[in-house]
Amino acid sequence: MSASTTLPAPASSPGSGKKTTEGGSLAAYLGGNLKQYAMIAALVVITLWFQFDTDGLMLLPNNVVSLIQQNAYVFILTIGMVMIIVAGHIDLSVGSVVAFVGGICGLMIMQWDISWPLAVVLSVILGGVVGAWQGFWVAYVGIPAFIVTLGGMLLFRGLAINYVGTTVGGLPSDFNALANGALPNSLGFIGNLDTVTVVIGALAALGLLVSQFRTRRELIRNDLRTEPFAAFVGKLVVGVAAIGYLTWLLANSAGGMPIVLIIVGVLVLLYSFIMNNTIFGRHIYAMGGNLPAAMLSGVKTKRVNFLLFVNMGLLAGVAAVITTARAGSAVAAAGQNYELDAIAAAFIGGTAVNGGVGKITGAIIGALIMGVLNMGLSITNVRPEWQMVIKGLVLIAAVAFDILNKRRGK
Amino acid sequence: MANDTTPILEMRGITKTFPGVKALSDVTLSVARGEVHAICGENGAGKSTLMKVLSGVYPHGTYEGDIVFEGETCRFRTTRDSEERGIVIIHQELALSPYLSIAENIFLGNERAKGGVINWAQTNRQAADLLKRIGLDEQPDTKVMDIGVGKQQLVEIAKALSKRVKLLILDEPTAALNDEDSAHLLELLRSLKAEGITSIIISHKLNEIAAIADSTTIIRDGQSIETLAMHGAEPVSEDRIIRSMVGRDLEHRYPDHVSTVGEEILRIENWTVHHPNDPNRIVVDDASLNVRAGEIVGIAGLMGAGRTELAMSVFGHSYGSGITGKLFLHGKPVSIKNVSAAIEHGIAYATEDRKHYGLNLIEDIKRNTTAARLTKIARAGVVNSAKEITIADRFRKDMRTKTPSVDVQVGKLSGGNQQKVVLSRWLFAEPEVLILDEPTRGIDVGAKYEIYEIINKLADSGKAVIVISSELPELLGICDRIYAMSQGRITGQLPRAEASQEGLMRYMTMEKSGATR
Repeated sequence: MSASTTLPAPASSPGSGKKTTEGGSLAAYLGGNLKQYAMIAALVVITLWFQFDTDGLMLLPNNVVSLIQQNAYVFILTIGMVMIIVAGHIDLSVGSVVAFVGGICGLMIMQWDISWPLAVVLSVILGGVVGAWQGFWVAYVGIPAFIVTLGGMLLFRGLAINYVGTTVGGLPSDFNALANGALPNSLGFIGNLDTVTVVIGALAALGLLVSQFRTRRELIRNDLRTEPFAAFVGKLVVGVAAIGYLTWLLANSAGGMPIVLIIVGVLVLLYSFIMNNTIFGRHIYAMGGNLPAAMLSGVKTKRVNFLLFVNMGLLAGVAAVITTARAGSAVAAAGQNYELDAIAAAFIGGTAVNGGVGKITGAIIGALIMGVLNMGLSITNVRPEWQMVIKGLVLIAAVAFDILNKRRGK
Repeated sequence: MANDTTPILEMRGITKTFPGVKALSDVTLSVARGEVHAICGENGAGKSTLMKVLSGVYPHGTYEGDIVFEGETCRFRTTRDSEERGIVIIHQELALSPYLSIAENIFLGNERAKGGVINWAQTNRQAADLLKRIGLDEQPDTKVMDIGVGKQQLVEIAKALSKRVKLLILDEPTAALNDEDSAHLLELLRSLKAEGITSIIISHKLNEIAAIADSTTIIRDGQSIETLAMHGAEPVSEDRIIRSMVGRDLEHRYPDHVSTVGEEILRIENWTVHHPNDPNRIVVDDASLNVRAGEIVGIAGLMGAGRTELAMSVFGHSYGSGITGKLFLHGKPVSIKNVSAAIEHGIAYATEDRKHYGLNLIEDIKRNTTAARLTKIARAGVVNSAKEITIADRFRKDMRTKTPSVDVQVGKLSGGNQQKVVLSRWLFAEPEVLILDEPTRGIDVGAKYEIYEIINKLADSGKAVIVISSELPELLGICDRIYAMSQGRITGQLPRAEASQEGLMRYMTMEKSGATR
């Protein structure tokens, strides 16, 4: 990628004298993307606050690793939840589904003598089957998702308690490593840093640069609105710096690159692509924006709805595996309130309450905000009941900010 | 007739700026006491903005200029403030609650109550009085959803009257009404005028303005151009108003066009459709029609005649239940049971209701343009965004859609430009048969002409076009052949040369014996 040749001088593209393609002043640009940046800013401010408040405990390498591992299930579930909410639905059952599938996963490995890799695959498929069950009622019978998944919440919790009963423990350590382990340090160390982690971090930074320059070049070639060059470069510098810092932290941690971060990273990239670049993704946004119009444009809305819930089930299956591996045992009480975590992350991350608008990256930031809050409040010994109060207020504040910002924009 | 004392309302030097746009620039409006004052202008000219300034939707301080009502300078902060002074605005989209009764709607927010407890006797009695006054023959406890849109409009007026309205503002009151309901509404405005109520009416329908207005103010590009006295020495012609609205002469309101008609493309025979929720009710009754390549065929009918229902049922059964009858494409019988199949068979339907059934308003132009046939620019389910931009941009240029770029949100476009996006979408789907339902509803005169030209171009390229319209002059102006519908049946068909408004109207009002509804 010869990035230097594609560098667009800020004055070259609006040669036609139209300022409509170039986004005007930096201030105007920031104003238009206020929400996006406010979320990131909030995340940074909250993190720094705890960093000072805990005298630097917050961003210790091992704490960052456990932040990622503790919240992996939220990242995974909120990906599916954003899609569901964008389409105008909700899923209240994912916590119970995690308990049910996670429980069966434990049984498969410990009692039915299925090898753990096969059990992982079967668990994800089982999640998909559960999703198909719910999707059937939503899509083909026409019951509102709120009702179907409220039913599912009871149904799958009940099944989990029935089949899993007491704890199924003693899961193999290779399996548990999916959630708690790190990639092997097979490339040795650079000083104190795990080389595998450094390589992955470098690849991620390169990937960011290449994709951003490509997108920008595409926009300019088609004479579409681009962000001001200063903002573009600034964004890249911040992005690369953030990746670099995270890489440094992870490479310094006890284990190195957490396996679960690889899983989450791949899912985020894959689903962002699906939402932005595939017909399926387009149809989800179209249905959330205007359902009758989508129908009259030939969108097979029932099929899309069905697939959305199957997809949510698959992701709940992945989350179930991770949750079970993290605990090292299957418990019927697992996954309590997971649906609320996923829904809150989606809304904090800017998903529209009425559907039609929402981004997976936004929801991931939302999940990070909640995760940092969780960890920071725990380190600073805030009592759990007050943690709940604070998180509840943050959720309301985030959506209120979104709504007020939209109103001001009108 | 307007008397010569001071005007009831004067708006002076009104300037309203939105970020980046000057919506109104030094607008002056003077309305005499007791007159019907029409405001005309193309879509996006600033009429609705002006009325929002007047009614307090945009509070004092967000605009420049003065509002003087009954000799007093007003500073409205909310619509409540303006209503207290007797200024009531009835918006284009009716603001009634469908599940509440007529009486409840009339007194919504203004309840007949003591200490928070509703006095139902008083509510219903006063509502009944108001209904009598506006000539609406319905019971006060009837639910609003059970009456037609024409009557709902009257309920809105009753609601305004209950607030002791002095100045009634109606934004496009007849846009959704059939001729009969429109006539009734205009009659009502006359009788309100006799009671001394002043009204301002925003309308696209020039014949109505000619019929009812005492004076007409024309707004173009956010500026007040002129005010015409309608009953002056020389009569004000529609062309005179149009010229002032568009700032240029429109030689003809319909482009000249000679169709080259080819082979038959679509034919339906004995097409019968039942109501989706009430399978006993027949909505389209034994209809048969055909359309040929290069031909523009009109369907005329009053509201409720079953035109939209016919079109949508043909378009992949997107309306109705128990659909029977035969559908032929190129003479071959086909069965098309869902919308995507209809699109694949080359049928397109552009809805009469852009906002609710046509466009995704929160999405941008390019994505709306490609929505009906994404497969054309996708490989293995992955959309080629670069191609999408190129295509959307080509349609933007072809259609002369007024927008800086194709990544502008569709909701921010004017009605005419939105309609062009709808047409772009269906042209991109490359249909053979294009059904256009009210293609120029809510669109200003200049943009209408452009839409007609697009329709003609489509026909010239060999497509079969069906146009559904409530405006008879429009059908007579652009169609080669016109079907008339009444009560679900096709009651007649006339070639353009033999068709007249009167002739069509006779078919459109034809009663059938033993009607099922």
